[in-house]
Amino acid sequence: MGRGRRLALVGALLAVAVGLVVFTTMAFLRSSPPSVDFTAGHQAGTPVDLTLQTVGSVGFGPHPTWVSYLTQAPNGQWVHTTLWDLPAYTRINVTVHQYDSGSPLRNQQYGQVIGTIGGDATLNGKTFRVINANNGNGVAHTFAIPTLGIEVPLYANKPSPNLCAAAPCPTNSPHNIVSFSFRTPGPGQYPWQCFIPCGLGYLYGNGGPMQTVGYMGGFLKVVA
Amino acid sequence: MNGGGETHHFRRLVAIWLVLAVVLDVVYYFVVGPHVPPGTLTSTASGAQFDFNVLFLIAFPVVLAVWVYWAYALIVWRGSRAGAVEPEGGAKARGHLGIQIGWITTTTVIVIGVFIFGTVELVVPAGAGGGEGPDPIWTPTSHNVLPIQVIGQQWQFTYRYPTFGGFETRQLMLPADTTVAFHVTSLDVIHSFWAYQLGVKADANPSEDNVAYTTTKQPGAFTVRCSELCGLWHGAMYNFGRIEPKAQFFVWAQSTERQNAANTKDLPPFAYTYVPDANGANGAYYPDNVDPYSKVETYGATSPGK
Repeated sequence: MGRGRRLALVGALLAVAVGLVVFTTMAFLRSSPPSVDFTAGHQAGTPVDLTLQTVGSVGFGPHPTWVSYLTQAPNGQWVHTTLWDLPAYTRINVTVHQYDSGSPLRNQQYGQVIGTIGGDATLNGKTFRVINANNGNGVAHTFAIPTLGIEVPLYANKPSPNLCAAAPCPTNSPHNIVSFSFRTPGPGQYPWQCFIPCGLGYLYGNGGPMQTVGYMGGFLKVVA
Repeated sequence: MNGGGETHHFRRLVAIWLVLAVVLDVVYYFVVGPHVPPGTLTSTASGAQFDFNVLFLIAFPVVLAVWVYWAYALIVWRGSRAGAVEPEGGAKARGHLGIQIGWITTTTVIVIGVFIFGTVELVVPAGAGGGEGPDPIWTPTSHNVLPIQVIGQQWQFTYRYPTFGGFETRQLMLPADTTVAFHVTSLDVIHSFWAYQLGVKADANPSEDNVAYTTTKQPGAFTVRCSELCGLWHGAMYNFGRIEPKAQFFVWAQSTERQNAANTKDLPPFAYTYVPDANGANGAYYPDNVDPYSKVETYGATSPGK
């Protein structure tokens, strides 16, 4: 093989290698959990039911030990995501199946229910406005949409070896059911997140799953 | 080029520059100046606006001097112009002592003047809205100061009002015509409390009480942002606040105190700093070996000690 052909071959191989690196990098940067669509077939004026679960360790994927939210799609299937397409100006009835344990809060301010319809929520069917995280089982997580002024504490389960440790959790595992409602605003993208530092093993508990979309935070994509 | 020609050009350049500089400065001062951010909601915001305006008023003549000379040279001394004089070398090209002295004197006066002005404005009034640490040197003259604690935590600011029972809220409300002392701290990493329209900016450090002062003037809305990169949701760490007339503020404060009473009694006693590693919150990264399920550990607040 002549010198020119060898150079061309090396150049082509180099180009392929660079292309693969760029493709892989871009694929990684652009990767995102799926978005569950609650707008398909939605009739204006009717509420949307949004069912979630929180689990202490998701049990699969690249970070099986991470705490996470999961979303129940309209077809009943549990999806590991925190991205939702929701209709604008619509009442959203949220039900959270809370399977995780908890603790006292770093800031008891997050023990308050704020911004929901009626200013309250229900815990296992009982209405509440505040959870004193220093009593009982404490608070495991919160559901918060800061830009909409919404914040709901999720009462924790008593620590026990029987707690569900792999999602999706069956309903016969110990859990609490927290329900509340809010109204979506106009179209836009609104971040939501847990405000409890529940990233086990990370600095101040706010790393890992607390800083990864798909685990303890995500976006409401509100569409017209 | 003879001496008479140089004098003619110099006078003409100075005349053009002077007219343009005066016109631009006057137009800027009366038309643009009052609208320059951050506005006039507070004494510190007004101070920042005044500083920007002074710097612009100084900068315009300097910029114009360069631009006018550049344009004049391009037009008057271009080589293709009829009767253009070839540049001369030799002794005449070495420089002009008067211009050199004038240039050095003018630039020195401007730089030293801006240095002195800037240094004074950095601390007037009462620290100019910047965080002064736990023992401020530049304090307000008012003896009636409203303390408000700003608590940064990933990824939200909350506010405590110790003179209203210590309630905590996510909405920063201020009374008009009042001197406010912001006590800024953090429960986790470093944040920065930046209330732009108030002209206030102070770092929120864990276990530190960073004090910043301002005096509100008239009612209006403002935005609070974190200006220290603090994690994934740093970009979403903002909220809005309002300055209300005193009567409306007191109505709001007293009603919020009542509404939040159930939660306020569960908060730790008010303190200027809190100990984020002694509360047993989730995360298991606390060096004091706190049992995360202990009912003994609470917020870890220390007494104010002041």
